[in-house]
Amino acid sequence: MKKRRMYFRMITASLLRRRSRMVIALLAISIGAMILSGLVTIYIDVPRQMGAQFRSYGANMIVTSDGDTITTKQADAVREIVPQDKLVGMATYRYETVRVNDRPVMAAAADMEQVQKTSPFWLVDGAWPAAESEIMIGKNVAELYNLKPGKRMTCTFAPETETEAEGNETEEVVLDNWIDFTVTGILDTGGKEEDYVYMLPSDMEKLTGEPTEYDICELSVSAGSEELKAVAEQITNEVDGVSARLVKRVTESEDTVLSKLQSLVLLVTIVVLALTMICVATTMTAVVAERRKEIGLRKALGASNQSIISEFMGEGIVLGACGGLLGGLLGFLFAQAVSRNVFNSSITLMPWLVPVTILASVAVTGAACLIPIKSATQVDPALVLKGE
Amino acid sequence: MSLLELKNVSKIYGNLHALDHVSLKVEKGEWLAIMGPSGSGKSTMMNIIGALDKATEGEILLDGEDISKKNARALTDIRRDKIGLIFQQFHLVSYLTAVENVMLAQYYHSIPDEKEALEALDRVGLANRAKHYPSQLSGGEQQRVCVARALINYPEIILADEPTGNLDEANEEIVVELFRRLHMEGTTLVVVTHNPEVAEVAQRTIVLRNGRVDHETVNENFTGKIKHITLQ
Ligand SMILES: Nc1ncnc2c1ncn2[C@@H]1O[C@H](COP(=O)(O)OP(=O)(O)OP(=O)(O)O)[C@@H](O)[C@H]1O
Ligand SMILES: [Mg+2]
Repeated sequence: MKKRRMYFRMITASLLRRRSRMVIALLAISIGAMILSGLVTIYIDVPRQMGAQFRSYGANMIVTSDGDTITTKQADAVREIVPQDKLVGMATYRYETVRVNDRPVMAAAADMEQVQKTSPFWLVDGAWPAAESEIMIGKNVAELYNLKPGKRMTCTFAPETETEAEGNETEEVVLDNWIDFTVTGILDTGGKEEDYVYMLPSDMEKLTGEPTEYDICELSVSAGSEELKAVAEQITNEVDGVSARLVKRVTESEDTVLSKLQSLVLLVTIVVLALTMICVATTMTAVVAERRKEIGLRKALGASNQSIISEFMGEGIVLGACGGLLGGLLGFLFAQAVSRNVFNSSITLMPWLVPVTILASVAVTGAACLIPIKSATQVDPALVLKGE
Repeated sequence: MSLLELKNVSKIYGNLHALDHVSLKVEKGEWLAIMGPSGSGKSTMMNIIGALDKATEGEILLDGEDISKKNARALTDIRRDKIGLIFQQFHLVSYLTAVENVMLAQYYHSIPDEKEALEALDRVGLANRAKHYPSQLSGGEQQRVCVARALINYPEIILADEPTGNLDEANEEIVVELFRRLHMEGTTLVVVTHNPEVAEVAQRTIVLRNGRVDHETVNENFTGKIKHITLQ
């Protein structure tokens, strides 16, 4: 018991009273541990972080009807299946052909708030339609009719002739189903959306005289491809009459970017680990070199190689543990700073990472000490104690 | 039986015979001085006696046990259990206090005992310097800490290689006085020195030359009487 106390007394004395050298080693270990724990935090948190980022690339799941249309009831059921904290947006579209100046134009009706969430990359010159009789038109439509925000545009709905053949002619001819819209914005997406016009579901209902049903449902879900697959399957299985599938183009590129980013982080981690180890090994080698006389003296006093190893290892382990603790705490700040700057969001605190960092740092320091300590045991007391 | 006996001991470096068939006996409780010009093999001999180095040839009997064929581990045990070493350059651990330096010898030998270590420091007159670091002590004080460290485990034999080489006369006197006291208590002492004054207080002096025992003198006037020097 007393012997152990002397052991700790020696180790702490050596570390505390030979500060300048030890501070460098401690610094190397803490910085290594800091970057290590920081990168591990980012590594683990990156899918979550990037998931949110990726949602700006648009919907990653599409639900279609097995029959003709998706009812509002079915849409609600779909919405309930998706985990609420992961659902970024769910936009339901209904498409109809309307006539503008007697020419057919594809009109889409949707909840504009949700569309903005699922398609955040849509560029609108002007404003999104927010009230009845407001319409947003694609760039190509705007060019065709030479329209600008604020101008008026009349859309007429012409029921298809076949279905009306047996119906009562009088009502069919009624030209009540037209709306005089105000153009609020011009849509620029670089895609087929530029040929469409977008209105609110209530206007579409008025125009067609039919209750709201949807042709397609787009979902933007912040989750990895595995989880997405599971959700899609669940929707297909549990909601009658609809099937869900992933937008492969989006999910696959997300997966590639993620795995590339993670392997980059892993690579940097390995490099940092190696650098820390080299730095600690160098410092310990210098420490052993400058303490050759002391080692020789200890041996002359009867210290076995085992004692020498346990004394230097003890110093290394204490250094590693202190550096690990310091680095683990700093690592969280480091990860937080990176996250704030790169991803614009804060990181989730992982308290278990601190003990893990301490263990890792002790292991790395211990490994780095092996060679210097081996050279310490090879000191020949007769040689180092004479001279000068 | 002699405490220490060297039989035809040689130490050969390349073609240099640092020790050349040296034979020597040291009795228990004896105080032996070793003199000789620089390079004559004094330190080489001390290292071999002190189990720090191995002889190329010959037998070294310590306490009746031949240590010349022992491996490094066994030699470490012998140093720890039987030998007290004092060096010209003191060799104190710079980051340990005086008392901790003494306790270091206890630590490797058995168990550290601060009270006993303080008593040893008191014996060399340094009770009030126990918490000082080597850098805060004078050369003489440092060497006295080394004497305390060498005697703390009651070794069979204390080996001192030019213990006063770095000291002024006053401190030399103090260290010699400490040796005298150790001798009075029955400790076996082997002291290498260049200084005739340090040699002539011993019972016997051997003079080495070119690795051989050149001659040997016995101090007829040896009294072993303690002078009254105040240690402080
Ligand atoms: N490790 C070594 N390798 C080669 N030669 C050595 C070694 N150690 C000592 N010698 C040689 O052995 C001889 C005796 O050396 P030693 O140190 O014993 O002399 P010394 O009597 O103690 O001298 P000094 O009074 O200067 O201390 C010297 O010539 C020295 O150069
Ligand atoms: Mg010498």
